[in-house]
Amino acid sequence: MTTETTTTTTGTAGTAGTAGTAGTTQTPEAGAAPPPGTTLHRKRSARGHQRLLTRRDRFVLAVMAGVPTILHLALVWVTALASVLLAFTTWDGIGFDSITWVGLDNFRQLFADNPQFWPAVQHNLIWFVVLILVPTPFGLFLAVQLDKRIRFSRVYQTAFFLPVVISMACIGFVWQLIYNPDTGLINSITGANRPGHYIDWIGNPELNLWAVLIAASWRHTGYMMILYLAGLKSVDPSLREASALDGANEWQTFRNVIFPTLRPTNTVVLVVTIIEALRAFDLVFVFNKGAQGTELLSILVTNNIIGESSRIGYGSAIAVVLLVISLAVIIPYLIVTFRKERRA
Amino acid sequence: MSTTSLPVKRRTPVRPARILLHVFLAGTALAWLAPLLWAVFSALRPYSETSAKGYVSWPDRLSLDNFTNAFEQSDMLHYFGNTLVIAVPAVLLTLFLSSMVAFYVSRFDFRLNLALLLVFTAGNLLPQQVIITPLYRLYLLTDLPGITASGKLYDSALGLVLIHVAFQSGFCAFVLSNYMRSLPHELTEAALVDGASAWRLYWQITLPLCKPAMAALATLLSIWIYNDFFWALVLISTGENMPITSALNNLSGQYFTDPNLVAAGALLTAIPTLAVYFLLQRQFVSGLTLGSSKG
Repeated sequence: MTTETTTTTTGTAGTAGTAGTAGTTQTPEAGAAPPPGTTLHRKRSARGHQRLLTRRDRFVLAVMAGVPTILHLALVWVTALASVLLAFTTWDGIGFDSITWVGLDNFRQLFADNPQFWPAVQHNLIWFVVLILVPTPFGLFLAVQLDKRIRFSRVYQTAFFLPVVISMACIGFVWQLIYNPDTGLINSITGANRPGHYIDWIGNPELNLWAVLIAASWRHTGYMMILYLAGLKSVDPSLREASALDGANEWQTFRNVIFPTLRPTNTVVLVVTIIEALRAFDLVFVFNKGAQGTELLSILVTNNIIGESSRIGYGSAIAVVLLVISLAVIIPYLIVTFRKERRA
Repeated sequence: MSTTSLPVKRRTPVRPARILLHVFLAGTALAWLAPLLWAVFSALRPYSETSAKGYVSWPDRLSLDNFTNAFEQSDMLHYFGNTLVIAVPAVLLTLFLSSMVAFYVSRFDFRLNLALLLVFTAGNLLPQQVIITPLYRLYLLTDLPGITASGKLYDSALGLVLIHVAFQSGFCAFVLSNYMRSLPHELTEAALVDGASAWRLYWQITLPLCKPAMAALATLLSIWIYNDFFWALVLISTGENMPITSALNNLSGQYFTDPNLVAAGALLTAIPTLAVYFLLQRQFVSGLTLGSSKG
């Protein structure tokens, strides 16, 4: 009984980190939830540690933690904050005295006048909806099939996972060979590369987002499959046995027994998918530089830097929109994750 | 129902169902590989042939010419070298710095530990574009005469190493602190009582125990940093200085006139990551699931 509760806690209460460790690496301590009482004891020994530290040790520790923290804060958080401040200014980038405070002007322009902004928001949203509705369930389905201890499981896994290892930029090039209107695979097979029958998968604003999304889903499926496989490995086998004893069929077992225990994995999958949808950039940039039909928030920000017009305040305002959406996802996720960790 | 083996027996699937499953999985796996196989097939054919007969046609001649041409014409070796100069220090530094933070956070009970870890983890989850505009300006403003070839952080390998380290250390600190927390406290406690210094606890006792996690992270980081397209695209202006992944984008416009050659070039850039993946598959996958909070 004790072992059973321990394993279930690992599956549900642990973060994806601990659950994954239990499934994949050979560190029993890493995966197993601590027996009751350890937390207290651990706290005590952590404090005990501190009492034994010399002044020199404290200094060394401060440097050890301080150097990486300063680097991370300076390049990630200070710049994120600078984005927020710059969003309320106009600046041509030459000298600091040209920075002028303009209040909400950039945002006003962005929301009201920029013809690319709302389409970009919409495309980011579509990106997320497609990823969560198509490749995610399919990845879960594949994971469930591959979890059945079948032969060649490794071979299948590798095939599905291969796209995740390859860079998004490279994937962009590979899929252009399929979508290219003149020389691509699809049009060559369907005869749409002849005049009059032409289908422009990359240039047509009605089609190109969906074409890119197929390539993105191709990659996302393998990623989700691996996350779910790790989640499934931490499902207690006795649960399956019990449900088989009760006469449940495969679907009933999955729906009522396995899927509920995958909750921590589902949370991670949801967060990963939202973040991926917000980060989407490389694939689209290689495809058509985010021209007509494939605008994304990330592309709009980047165009302000490497494009011909460098409107720093304006670009920062778009970045702030991206930041606000991201934080709305990241903060609740981290609160939940870290609260569990504290308890564990 | 009385025997315990019964449920196990009942779960043993019927043969036809298994065969059907294999057919399904094999078919899907093949479909999954199809885009890559198509790229390989295209890359193996000369442009003259495909432009005359079309891409969907029986090949007269398959050769590795496109691969050698792409490799030589575009001086790919040079760009692989650029990547190496960026990725090796970036991976090592990230692991070194993030393991120190993780050690600090997980082995001691200082007041701001949780907040510190939160800051690191959240930072890694941000989309890169959130920080790029000020970062780009910062890199342009930072003068480093004599240290980098460009005289600035901008357009230098050092600049890319720094941002990779800053960004990825968030993820690694999170994973490693989880890992270190699972190590028994008695280990370091005994050493501490014996008078070992904090540095020694970290370097000689904790780090060696973290080898599996470090190996997994090293694999993952090398693939991520190798695959980076965005940072290099924005923070490097000279084509010559670009790492291979973003260089290909330039090259495909500058040197490559036919899609077959682009296919060959793209596949060549994928080879190192595929090699790392096939050699270190275990580490890679365990790293990914070790802290799957990563986007």
